[in-house]
Amino acid sequence: MTSETSIPGATAELSARGLSLAYEGRMVVDGLDLDIPAGRVTAIVGPNACGKSTLLRGLSRLLTPASGAVLLDGADIHGLPTKRVAQRLGLLPQTPTAPDGITVADLVSRGRYPHQGWFRRWTQEDDEAVTEAMTATAIADLADRPVDELSGGQRQRVWIAMALAQRTDILLLDEPTTFLDISHQLEVLDLLLDLNAARGTTVVMVLHDLNLAARYAGHLVAMRSGTVVASGDPAAVVTADLVHEVFGVESVIVDDPVTGTPLVVPLGRHHSG
Amino acid sequence: MSVLAAVRADRRRGRSRALRVSIVLAVLVVLVAGVSLTLGAASVAPADVLAALVGRADRLTSFVILELRLPRLVAGALVGACLGLSGALIQSVARNPLASPDIIGITAAASATGSIALIWFGLTGLALSGVVLAGTLVAAALIYVLAWRNGVSGYRFVLVGIGIAAFCGGVVSYVLTRADITDVQQALVWITGSLNTVDPSALLVLAAGTAVLVPCALFVGRPLGALSLGDDLASGLGVRPERTRLAVVAVAVALAAIAVAVAGPVSFVAFLAAPIARRLLGRGSLALVPSALLGALILVVSDIAAQFAIPGVVLPVGVVTGIVGAPYLLWLLARTNSVGRGG
Repeated sequence: MTSETSIPGATAELSARGLSLAYEGRMVVDGLDLDIPAGRVTAIVGPNACGKSTLLRGLSRLLTPASGAVLLDGADIHGLPTKRVAQRLGLLPQTPTAPDGITVADLVSRGRYPHQGWFRRWTQEDDEAVTEAMTATAIADLADRPVDELSGGQRQRVWIAMALAQRTDILLLDEPTTFLDISHQLEVLDLLLDLNAARGTTVVMVLHDLNLAARYAGHLVAMRSGTVVASGDPAAVVTADLVHEVFGVESVIVDDPVTGTPLVVPLGRHHSG
Repeated sequence: MSVLAAVRADRRRGRSRALRVSIVLAVLVVLVAGVSLTLGAASVAPADVLAALVGRADRLTSFVILELRLPRLVAGALVGACLGLSGALIQSVARNPLASPDIIGITAAASATGSIALIWFGLTGLALSGVVLAGTLVAAALIYVLAWRNGVSGYRFVLVGIGIAAFCGGVVSYVLTRADITDVQQALVWITGSLNTVDPSALLVLAAGTAVLVPCALFVGRPLGALSLGDDLASGLGVRPERTRLAVVAVAVALAAIAVAVAGPVSFVAFLAAPIARRLLGRGSLALVPSALLGALILVVSDIAAQFAIPGVVLPVGVVTGIVGAPYLLWLLARTNSVGRGG
């Protein structure tokens, strides 16, 4: 599946420098440095409450740093007009809400908001962006269906289509596979990889499942208690030591029989090899 | 059908539905307004009403239509439109159908300041409107500040508002129980919300305020479509949620304030208009314009009922809107309780 080849020294459009993020005075991310490689798929993994979602919120300028900065093309993201950031960087949070009764096409169209000025009307380009996004996510035949009638997997594709309609070079997703069964998880991840391959979209996603992350991401960022423990090519990063350090779990790492990427076999108290 | 065509067709369906609903509501407002002009102590034939409106009627008919009935009608329609729009704005930023100015203490603050101004200081007309306007804005600012904790959430906003409403209710009771009975009678009519005594200069203020605030509302309401997808997603789309909320609430409160300053705290119009308008439009639409039109329609119809339902008795219009609105509030509470999401 991982068709990507590692591009050494790939330029970073998005990076964090000495980034500290806090919720109500409690430091969640502490002095973190991170470069998101452009045009690659990056997965951020780590145990619950390690600050991975917080980091994503910080990277997408939803949280103002307690100290340090997030840089977009070298400029402090908080110093840029928010609409201009929205033309470069799309975000799919974990639990977006769809208004009652909204149709699929209408919801996807709202992704065009950052491209609309105060007086600009809906244009041909807007229509095309929406159409392209819906085609890419295979929801074209659902255009006039109310979103609340869709299945979980379909709904997630509608949200991704909305983010695609935004036509940004960078796409951040917070656990895009949560609440989906395994087939829909794969479907969503395949879709993101397609996007990356077809358009070179930089994808950054927080993932729960270490094995899916190792298989789908070209670049892995492992976090524990607000800091980056390791980052790089999954084949180099994922080791039994790292899994122990990050998750506190003993494991055996084998090669994935299909992709050759690292496959983590966790060991519990009852199954310790 | 190609995808592009399907996307376009869906958007056109949404727009044409909004347009159709708005046109139907506007026509209904005009029709009901026409009917209300013919009704009164002496009924005037529709042809004579038209003649009076274009300045070709005899002096008596002109006086009845232009001096007596038209100001009341215009005041009713504008008050209704302002309240309907105000309700639609606040309900959508708070994402809660309970968050309308008549539930969250905005109009209760109008009652409190209004009753103090009427009974303790004997103010009427424009002075009364001014004091009420100020009181309402202060109360709204207080609600916003008290509900603030790293941003304003819908629930806190509603609960703090209900608290302010209760406090204002207490003030009204205190003022009324300590006052002379004739003053109380006059004050009560105003507190219920009435178009019986609309001051011409207050009507001018209302008209000017509406002309300024309605375009403002449509302008600041633009990011609401994105904001309805949740704060995080809206921020991702380049909306500043708190700034948008503050601007929208400010305009909505100003709209409610100019309305209640003229007609008193007419209950439930702001509360009812937007949910009905949204149901008519469907598709998760904000329905700002239809809400305003529906507010005008509800108020004008209610005022006709208030004037003529009981022969010989002119009720305050708030009595009628209250009778219609209260059951909806009960239904909403019962439904949200059984759904378990409290709004």
